[in-house]
Amino acid sequence: MKISRHHTQGLAKGVIWVAAFSTLAVMFWILYQVLREGLPLLHPDFFIQAPRQMGRAGGIFPTIIGTIALTVVAIVIATPLGVGTAIFLQEYTRESGVSRVIRFGTDCLAGVPSIIFGLFGFVFFVIFLRMGWSILSGGLTLATMILPTIICTAEEAIKSVPYTYREVSFALGGTRWQTIRKMVLPNAFPGILTGVLLGVGRSVGETAAVILTAGSSFITPDSLFSPIRTMAVHFYILAREGISMEMAYATGAALILLILAINTVANWMMYRYAHKA
Amino acid sequence: MFSPIPKTSERKAISPEGTDEDMKRGKRSRWIYGVGLLLLAVFLPGCQRQHGGLSVVGSTSVEPFAEALAEEYMNQHSREKIFVQGGGSSAGIQAVRTGAAEVGMSSRNLMDSEKDLIAVPIIYDAIAVIVHRDNPLNDLTLNQIRKIFSAETTRWSELGGKNHPLTLVTREEGSGTREAFQKLIMGKKEISLGALVQDSNGAIRQVVADDRNAIGYISLGLVNDRVKALKIDGIEPNIENIQHHRYKIVRPFLFVFKSNPQGLAKDFLDYILSPAGQKLLVQEGLISMNPIPEPKKEARR
Amino acid sequence: MSKEKILEKSFLLIALSSISILALIAFFIFQQGIPLIWKVGLNSFLLGDRWFPSKESFGIFPMIVGSFWVTLGSLIVGVPLGVACAVFLCELIPPTIAMILRPMIQLLGAIPSVIYGFWGLIVLVPLIRDSFGGPGLSILAGSLVLGIMILPTIISISEDSLRALPRTYKEGALSLGATHWQTIWRVLLPSARSGIVASIILGMGRAIGETMAMIMILGNATQLPNSILSSARTLTTNIGIEMGYASGDHRQALFATGVVLFFIIMGLNSLALIISRKGRA
Repeated sequence: MKISRHHTQGLAKGVIWVAAFSTLAVMFWILYQVLREGLPLLHPDFFIQAPRQMGRAGGIFPTIIGTIALTVVAIVIATPLGVGTAIFLQEYTRESGVSRVIRFGTDCLAGVPSIIFGLFGFVFFVIFLRMGWSILSGGLTLATMILPTIICTAEEAIKSVPYTYREVSFALGGTRWQTIRKMVLPNAFPGILTGVLLGVGRSVGETAAVILTAGSSFITPDSLFSPIRTMAVHFYILAREGISMEMAYATGAALILLILAINTVANWMMYRYAHKA
Repeated sequence: MFSPIPKTSERKAISPEGTDEDMKRGKRSRWIYGVGLLLLAVFLPGCQRQHGGLSVVGSTSVEPFAEALAEEYMNQHSREKIFVQGGGSSAGIQAVRTGAAEVGMSSRNLMDSEKDLIAVPIIYDAIAVIVHRDNPLNDLTLNQIRKIFSAETTRWSELGGKNHPLTLVTREEGSGTREAFQKLIMGKKEISLGALVQDSNGAIRQVVADDRNAIGYISLGLVNDRVKALKIDGIEPNIENIQHHRYKIVRPFLFVFKSNPQGLAKDFLDYILSPAGQKLLVQEGLISMNPIPEPKKEARR
Repeated sequence: MSKEKILEKSFLLIALSSISILALIAFFIFQQGIPLIWKVGLNSFLLGDRWFPSKESFGIFPMIVGSFWVTLGSLIVGVPLGVACAVFLCELIPPTIAMILRPMIQLLGAIPSVIYGFWGLIVLVPLIRDSFGGPGLSILAGSLVLGIMILPTIISISEDSLRALPRTYKEGALSLGATHWQTIWRVLLPSARSGIVASIILGMGRAIGETMAMIMILGNATQLPNSILSSARTLTTNIGIEMGYASGDHRQALFATGVVLFFIIMGLNSLALIISRKGRA
C-alpha cells in the first residue's frame, strides 16, 4: 500500500510538532519549577544578608559580591585581549600563516572543557603564581575561558563594518590606527558588547573552574586575594549538601533571573544595533 | 544595515578636536575611562598582597562546623575575618604545609609523612551507617557491614529483607570520612567499585533518604530524621555510648598548623576549645572531648 | 619605529595571547599528568579498569566508557529533537512566534548547568528509580539531562543554517510540485547539512566537557558500567569529584585524565574543522 506523499507529510509534520512541542515544553518546565519554588522566597533581605547557620538562613549577599567581582575581573582582562586580537586579525593582516595559527589557537581554546580550565587555573594561578584561592585566580581563569567568545564576536562585529567606512577615513588622510579607533570600533561597539555580555553570562554560570580557583568561602571578601563563593557555586553546594532546599531553590531562582536580565540586555542591544541605520 | 557612505550633508569639517560625532564619542570614551578609574579605585585597596584574615582550609566534613564557629567568632569580634573552605583533608594539610592557609582541617589522623605538622583535636565525630528511614533493619554486625560494602552481600534478602539489590553509597577516594570508615570498619576489605560515590556527607544522606535500597555512611552529626542510623553489634550510635567507648567508630576532627598557632589562629583555636565553642559543636551533634583516652584500635581483621 | 608600527606589533602580541594561553594550559596539564602516565604505563592507564588511587591503581577505562555512553546518549536525545525543533521553528510556525521563541531558547542555553543537574536530581532520578529500578543515578539520567542541555546549541545553529539557505531552494522545490515536507526533507535539510553537523559537533563538545551536572546525577561509581541504568563516571567527573582531596600520585593521575580529555577534545575539534571545510567546498 503506497502512502500518498500528503499523508507522509501529515505524519511527518505531526511527529515534528509533537517532538518540538514536548521538547520545548520540558525545557521551559525545568525553568518554571525552579522559579516557582524559588521566587516566593526572594525578598530584599535575601539579597542583602549573609548566609547564616551554615546556609540554612540568611541571604546570599557575599555570593552576589563574589559573582560580580569575578565577572568584572574576567571581563577587564579578556575584553582588551579579545578585541585586540580581533582588531589584529581583521585590520592588520590577511589570511596567512600567523592568522591561521591564531585562529587555530582560538578555536581550540573554545573547545577546552571547563574542568580543564579549572585544573589549569589551580596549578598555574593558585599554586605556581601563589595567588591562592582568590578572586584574582578565579577571574583570570574565567578570562581565559571567555576569551574565545569575545574574539569571535568582536571579529564578526568588526567584519560587519562596511569597508567603505574605512575607505572614507583613509581618503581623508587617517592612519590605520585612527581609522580603527574612530571609525571601526565605535561602529563595532554594539557587536563587541554582545560578546562581552555573552562572556558575562558564562562567567556567572561557571561552577567547576570557579570552585577549583576561587575557593568556596562564603563571607564577604575584603580584597582581590580573598576566596569567594559565587551564586552558582553556592547553589551547587546547597543542592549537594541538602542543607536547605528552600535556600537552594531561592538561589537558583536568583541565578535564573540574573541570566535572564543579562540576556535581555544583550538582545536589546542587538535589536538596537540592527535598527540603527 | 548602515548607509554605506556618510551623506555629504553630514560630513563636517575636521577641526582639531574632531567633528561633533567625535566629541560625542570622546565624551563616551571619557565616561568609560571614568567608570574604569572608579572600578580601579574600588579594587586597588584590595590589591594588598595578602588578605587580612585567617584561612581555614580542608575537610568538607569539618567545614560546616568550622563555618558555624567562625560565624559565631566573627559575631563577637567583628573586625576579624575568617575564611573557611573545603577541598578535602589532604588538600587542607597540603595548604598548611605550603603556607597557602594558616589552618588546615582534617577529619583523619595525620599520616606518618605529615607528622611534622601540629595537629590539635577540636572535637570528635562518630561515623554512622545509615539506611532509608523505612528500612526494616535496625542492627548489623561489623562483619555484615564489611560484607555489604565489599559487595560480598548483594541483596537485602540476605539480611532478612526483600529481594532487592543493595545500593551502596560511599565517599570519594581521598575523603577523610572514607578513610576513617575504611580503617575503623572495613579493615583489609576494599569498598566495592560498584558503589555510588558522592562528594559530600550531605549528598550521601540525600541519596540514602530517597532510595529504599540504599545504605551508606555519614558523620553522626549529620544524621537527621530522613535517614536511620543503624546499631552496630547492638550498640546504638549516641553520645553516651561514644563517650563510654562502646560505640567505637569515632574519629577526631583536627586543626592542623605548621607551627605553634599565634595571633588570630590561636584566638580562634582557644575559642573553639573553650566551653562556648565546644557547646556549639555538641549542639550540632559532635562529641566533646572530655577525658577520652585514645583507643585508636584498627578494626579487627 | 613609527607609532603605527609599534601599534601593529603590540596588536600582534595581543593576538598571540590566545595561542599562548592554550600552550600554557597544555604545558601545565601535561607537566603534571605525563609523568604519571609514564609511571603507570599508557596501556594500563587507558585500558585498566580499576580506579583505586589509595591502592595505586589508576585505570581510566571505565571513565572513557562512561564518557562515551553518556555523550552518545545525549546525542541520541539531543540531535533528533534538536533538528526537529529547528525545522519546527523555521518552517512550521509563523515567523512572529518564532521570533519570540528564539531568544527564549537562547536563554535556555545560557542557564547554568548546575540548574539542569539539580532538576535532574530532583525530578528525573526518582522517576527513573521508581520506573526502572536501580538507584536512578545512572547513564540514562545523565544522557537525558545532557541531551536537554545541548538542545539549545543544536537548535540555534541548525535553525540558523536552515534560515541562511537561499529562498530559491525552497521556492524551486515547491514550484516543481514537491510538498512542504518533501522540500524540507529532501532539499532543505540536506543543504543545511554542514551547519547541522557543526552544531552536533559543538553539542558533543559541550556534552563531553560537562562536569557539575554529571557529578550530581551519574552516581560516580568507578566500576565499568554494564547497562544504561548503571551508575558511571566520566573523564570530567573523575577529575571534578576527586580533585579537591587528591595529592601526590592521585592528583597527577587526575591531571593525566585531563591529558586524555585534552587529546579527545583536540581530536574532535580537528574533525569538526575537516568536516566544515569539506562542507564548504
